[in-house]
Amino acid sequence: MTTLTTPPPSKERAAPPAGKRPSRLRLPARLRRVSLPYLLLLPALLLELVVHLIPMGVGIVMSFKELTQFFIRDWGAAPWTGLDNYKLSVDFDAPVGEALLHSFFVTVAFTVLSVGLCWLIGTAAAVFMQEHFRGRGLLRAVFLIPYALPVYAAVITWSFMFQRDTGLINHVLHDQLGLTDSRPFWLIGDNSFVALLTVSVWKGWPFAFLIVMAGLQNIPKEQYEAAAIDGAGMWQQVRRITLPSLRPVNQVLVLVLFLWTFNDFNTPYVLFGKSAPEAADLISIHIYQSSFVTWNFGTGSAMSVLLLLFLLLVTAGYLLVTSRGRKTADV
Amino acid sequence: MRRLRALAALATVTALSGATLTACGGGTSTGGEGSNASPKTLTYWASNQGPNIAADKKILTPELKKFEQQTGIKVKLEVIPWSDLLNRILAATTSGQGPDVLNIGNTWSSSLQATGALLPWDAENFKAIGGKDRFVDAALGSTGTEGKDPAAVPLYSLSYALYYNKAMFKEAGISKPPATWDDLVTVGKKLSKDGKWALGAEGSNLVNNIHQAFALGKQHGADFFDAQGKPTFTSNGAVSAVKQYVDFMAKDKIIAPGNAEYAQNQSLRDFAQGKTAMVLWQAAATTFEAQGMKPDDWGVAPVPVASGKPGAERQVNSMVAGINLAVFKNTDNLDGARKFVKFMTSDAEQAHLNKAYGSIPPVTAAQKDAAFDRQDTAVLRDTLRKSAAPLPQVPNESQFETSVGTAIKKLFADAAAGRPVTTESVKSELSKAQQQMPKS
Repeated sequence: MTTLTTPPPSKERAAPPAGKRPSRLRLPARLRRVSLPYLLLLPALLLELVVHLIPMGVGIVMSFKELTQFFIRDWGAAPWTGLDNYKLSVDFDAPVGEALLHSFFVTVAFTVLSVGLCWLIGTAAAVFMQEHFRGRGLLRAVFLIPYALPVYAAVITWSFMFQRDTGLINHVLHDQLGLTDSRPFWLIGDNSFVALLTVSVWKGWPFAFLIVMAGLQNIPKEQYEAAAIDGAGMWQQVRRITLPSLRPVNQVLVLVLFLWTFNDFNTPYVLFGKSAPEAADLISIHIYQSSFVTWNFGTGSAMSVLLLLFLLLVTAGYLLVTSRGRKTADV
Repeated sequence: MRRLRALAALATVTALSGATLTACGGGTSTGGEGSNASPKTLTYWASNQGPNIAADKKILTPELKKFEQQTGIKVKLEVIPWSDLLNRILAATTSGQGPDVLNIGNTWSSSLQATGALLPWDAENFKAIGGKDRFVDAALGSTGTEGKDPAAVPLYSLSYALYYNKAMFKEAGISKPPATWDDLVTVGKKLSKDGKWALGAEGSNLVNNIHQAFALGKQHGADFFDAQGKPTFTSNGAVSAVKQYVDFMAKDKIIAPGNAEYAQNQSLRDFAQGKTAMVLWQAAATTFEAQGMKPDDWGVAPVPVASGKPGAERQVNSMVAGINLAVFKNTDNLDGARKFVKFMTSDAEQAHLNKAYGSIPPVTAAQKDAAFDRQDTAVLRDTLRKSAAPLPQVPNESQFETSVGTAIKKLFADAAAGRPVTTESVKSELSKAQQQMPKS
């Protein structure tokens, strides 16, 4: 720290060019050293403030107000209700709280399964694609198609395929393979969870694939060669070299996938519309319905704040556990 | 260094206050009625009425040109799909950045009136467009809460009718369309065979569910709201109405189970392809023609009622459907907006536009046009005149559409999966819907 505050005298300072006052030169030099990083950060900080922090603050204020259609034009005038919106959201014996809790559990189950499957498929594909074979480049490009397609177009195509009477899924499952006795519904009822999970994994695994593949490039080939000489088989190489080396990559990957999947709005909205079936009622769409469809913006805000707190807690816990794990591993 | 810090602080504060202003701006500063700051232009949000947005533009653009020639006011048109319209209006209401004139679904009138964003149509404003007497009473009933100045002016009117496939009826030996619900179930059982079904439904379309439940509710003496505007979703009449509608699939088995997931007018496609013999719909003629049917292939009859004779009170067989024209209160061209509403509701434009859309003019004089004497439009027109009732004009109407519409969607899903639909299960879903309604 001392080197920063009392920098060694530079040549420039010792011998300023003729005709210029030393004090005018000293400022840019100090500025560059001390203030420049902050100056460079300033635009990002301001944007963060405007785009995230201020709306978040507004949302928190709204959650303490009775904000319905009577006040959306001038939300500042909405009456304060204290904790009423929160009480309503966590009163699990009443329909509003009960439905929120139900959608929370649906979301947790959906997220765990979706992230798990995305990671598993993505990793398996990336490991498999490490081998050189004909058509590898083409296959790699094909794998990335779901990631490159616009979400709306892709999901709406899925919704057509999932239609009971005219969809491709039932055509294959029922008409061609005869796997089901009757044509199942996919967009209503309990199967909607499976439909949602299918689309989510289809959409998400190429990202895992991409990240894991990038991570694999950083593992020195020599390690595998050495292991092979020592008699380690394919599975042992994956377990002892690949997975531990991918650990930092996986930590970020799982966290990002978790946050994206937990908050996913587009997939259920395009698949099911404004009111999702109970079995697939993800929390994002549930909150949307609470605030924008039933015009109860105060309650919707309270639910959003609760969700934010939950995600913050989980993320903090996750980072704590994974970083502690890394320290012990390093030691 | 100190100067730099001060500068940075100043920049932050400026950015902050700017941001804060943007965050809560709009709406708050423009409380009063609009001005005439830009008298030469108007922005108009039209709802998507035709088969697609391009068709709407084709119908409306020449009329807007005509208006420009008459008044020198240029109208910027944006056609908005139904699925986005309410959200767009809400966003415009919150931000204060909206169009000058816009179409709203007439059932939303009270809900949007409660936001205070729409210009009230008081006596003076109505005088500017030729007076209230020019409009049909039923249509004026869907322009806002009773006892308040209307929040909008009727533009296109619609009602429900029973569309039936003549060939399928003939084949099943049925000579005339059913007039009572008992008749409908009887002929329905004759028609539902060999992969064909009697009646179409849109089980996942919340709004359509509400329209059907409302008309049936009226017949069972239920209104879904009491005189104070409090929801009464679990009244015996409401429960019977919803159960009767879902039972067409669950018990009577005259609606195909697959219809439970329909929400994109797939039931009209099934009708046009001869898979379904009847649908309850508003002005479906243009859609059927677009899907390859000839006008002689289908017939139109009033929606059945218990007595077989549609009329006042319990013989209501349709909601008053339609589109209203509203003006945003903070418009920059108040006079121009009123002129535009006058133009759009003039006798000539009413006849022309309603003909183009297959709807009925809410302006009495325009209804006299021979185009509205056609078989299908005559049924719609008579229904509007005699046996249609507006949906509850309460501020929470749009929440009612979602909550009860969702309850019916769930019950249809149960019926489709073969789970029993009982009075208790209907009551329980409606009770949940009621408890999810906002307090106010």
